[in-house]
Amino acid sequence: MIKMLSGNEAVARGMWEAGVVVASAYPGTPSTEILENYSLFPNVYAEWAPNEKVAVDVAIGAAYAGRRGMAVMKHVGLNVAADSFMYTSMTGMEAGLVIVTADDPAMHSSQNEQDNRTFAKFGRVPCLEPSDSQEAKDLVRAAFELSERFDTPVLLRLTTRICHSASAVELGERTAPAVEPKPFPRNPAKYVMVPGNAVKRHPVIEQRIRDIASFAEAFPYNRVEPGSRSLGILTCGVAYQYAREVFPDASILRLGMTWPLPEKMIREFAHSVERLIVIEELDPFIEEAVRLMGIPAEGKSIFPITGEFDPRVVRESAIQSGLLPASAHVPLPDLETGPLPSRPPVLCPGCPHRPTFYILNKLKVPVNGDIGCYTLALTPPLSAIHTCGCMGAGIGVAHGAAKAGSPEHHVAVIGDSTFYHTGIPALINVVYNHSPVTTVILDNRITGMTGHQDNPGTGRTLLGQETVRVELEPLVRALGIRNVRSVPGFDVKAIEKTLKEYVKLDEPSVLIVVEPCALLPDVRKRWMPLEVLADKCNGCTLCFRIGCPAILKSEELDEKTQRPKALIDAGMCTGCEVCAQICPRDAIPFRPVKVEAGA
Amino acid sequence: MMNTSINFLLAGVGGQGTILASDVLVNVGLAAGFQAKQAEVHGMSQRGGSVTSHVRWGKVVYSPLIGAGEADVLLAFEELEALRSLNALRPGALVLVNTQVIEPLTAISGGQAYPDDASVRLAFARLTPSMEFINGEEIAGALGNLKVTNVVLLGALSALLERGGQAGAGLTPDIWLKVITERVPPKHVELNRKAFQAGREAVEMKL
Repeated sequence: MIKMLSGNEAVARGMWEAGVVVASAYPGTPSTEILENYSLFPNVYAEWAPNEKVAVDVAIGAAYAGRRGMAVMKHVGLNVAADSFMYTSMTGMEAGLVIVTADDPAMHSSQNEQDNRTFAKFGRVPCLEPSDSQEAKDLVRAAFELSERFDTPVLLRLTTRICHSASAVELGERTAPAVEPKPFPRNPAKYVMVPGNAVKRHPVIEQRIRDIASFAEAFPYNRVEPGSRSLGILTCGVAYQYAREVFPDASILRLGMTWPLPEKMIREFAHSVERLIVIEELDPFIEEAVRLMGIPAEGKSIFPITGEFDPRVVRESAIQSGLLPASAHVPLPDLETGPLPSRPPVLCPGCPHRPTFYILNKLKVPVNGDIGCYTLALTPPLSAIHTCGCMGAGIGVAHGAAKAGSPEHHVAVIGDSTFYHTGIPALINVVYNHSPVTTVILDNRITGMTGHQDNPGTGRTLLGQETVRVELEPLVRALGIRNVRSVPGFDVKAIEKTLKEYVKLDEPSVLIVVEPCALLPDVRKRWMPLEVLADKCNGCTLCFRIGCPAILKSEELDEKTQRPKALIDAGMCTGCEVCAQICPRDAIPFRPVKVEAGA
Repeated sequence: MMNTSINFLLAGVGGQGTILASDVLVNVGLAAGFQAKQAEVHGMSQRGGSVTSHVRWGKVVYSPLIGAGEADVLLAFEELEALRSLNALRPGALVLVNTQVIEPLTAISGGQAYPDDASVRLAFARLTPSMEFINGEEIAGALGNLKVTNVVLLGALSALLERGGQAGAGLTPDIWLKVITERVPPKHVELNRKAFQAGREAVEMKL
């Protein structure tokens, strides 16, 4: 049966066909849909872990116990999980272990575009890379077989373009390996990495990666597609598709395993062509390795090291370097459109994060932000995020700035899911080493930015089962923070009062702003648009300062001020009443039925 | 059966149903016997950002992405997003624009001017004689559900492809309807059929 599947759906299908027993992940674009789709198959176990390190340890535990384990994350998730990734390379496992990294060339939704193939080399771990959805599915099985054959974790590297492109996939049968009912291994020489044991394991894994390099020579996903002798292209991943399209006549060596490399195969291919070029997105990973083999090759002297490729990028780069004739150029229409207003992502109408940033903007304090929807408060008119580096960074950065004598009171802002992810140790540090940092936890009862995944605060698991809800306020109090208050997200006055009080304190404080995401199904049912009473509005523009996309400028001007009056788009307004609360002229009436805060 | 490949660019705003439309389009290509690929370029679209999808049909399709200047068909769900895609098209491309306007915050409170309808049409007229502007929202609204605007547009697109000769006898409305009905809840099948038909009629009337 043939089905059109995205790369993420295809990986999920591959996991099911290969009989993964335990799958654990933290959501992150572009990888999120892998576990969401996998969890829909019958009788599987999949979970959202609080962070990627935990997810990898969970998958390792399954593999130590003799069951196929898989952990899934976006590229920067592997930074969080790096410690676990590195030790499991040293120990190996009893059954297959595959770690998926979804890299994001062009940073469609990430803070960097690191190339995680380097992690494979760093950890002496093989790396597989599919070029389309069919291979995304098939390489999951190949990865498990490789893992079990060589007693190694395997890194399956995807990119955004593989994850979020759909192509036809021939579905296969589920052929899960039989799980032997054997006890958990007691093998400290292999599984307890004290120095005495680790010293003996290091040569083992060095030999292992050499053995896999030999295996790579016959690995069926490394393949030569013969063509003209004048140009040979070494490529991998989605770049293979662009190479095929732009150089239809060239000879191509497509690598499905990008670490370790099949040296003999590459050497023979290089000898068979007059000129060897490497087409790979991001780092010159293959290129440098090939040059170290003493084989002349060009790559980043022709193609960009930054961003994502497409047929145009590859073709125009090739023309500029003389690899293709100028006649290959595809002209652009180059028609004048005038400047077009940009459409950056913004906080949604009815977003419960909005009031907090409106107040933080008013207080003019430095705000150390974190990763989530609320990062979008960096843009005008809210302009109330001043740093954002990675998951869980904000609280530590605020503490460091405070310890360094930053003259202002620092506020760290973090979402509920991000707080569970890596915020907790940083908050412990604020208490333990004592700084007067105010931490705001924006608890919207869901993981928002990645599209509503459950987390330890929602009371539900990925498989839809009810579970314990890890309550934030008792958790924060248990850390020893005395100034803790939970406030409904749309209570602008309470947020302002609390923050004004907390930024004067000389000890740690935590404000928990509780209000479910406006896009959750139960919340949508309560949407009720507000309207502006045009005769009361005098065009003071205060309501424009909350940056709500549902508040428009009316064409009607106020007679005195000659400023446009406010107008509410009934199709977008949810009735959160934030604008109603800040309007000084009561020109936006509250809804007849009070919004139940924090429901 | 058409004999060359065809590149579709879909452009709109998060929440307008572009993803369903591109899912339908790629599966129609597959059902009609082509190799087909689709790519979503949407970053953080849930938050009201621009959304672009690429769909390619052909005898053989390698890249899931269309290079700038190589799109044969534009299906735009919104006027500003249509104009933003102008220079990604091939001269003479087939253009179908939904006349909906969704002003971004940068235009509402940021002082950037939203292009007026006349200038949008003028810009496309310089690129191609094959352009059609329809009010998909109004047609969907008359059917009682704004959410089927995307299917109205697909109906219009199917008729335009037939008119332009990009699609041959192999690509009948039945193929489209089969793919669409497989993707919508059973209770909405009839509504979506009507929406598809209404979209076809909207452009057929103009022939």
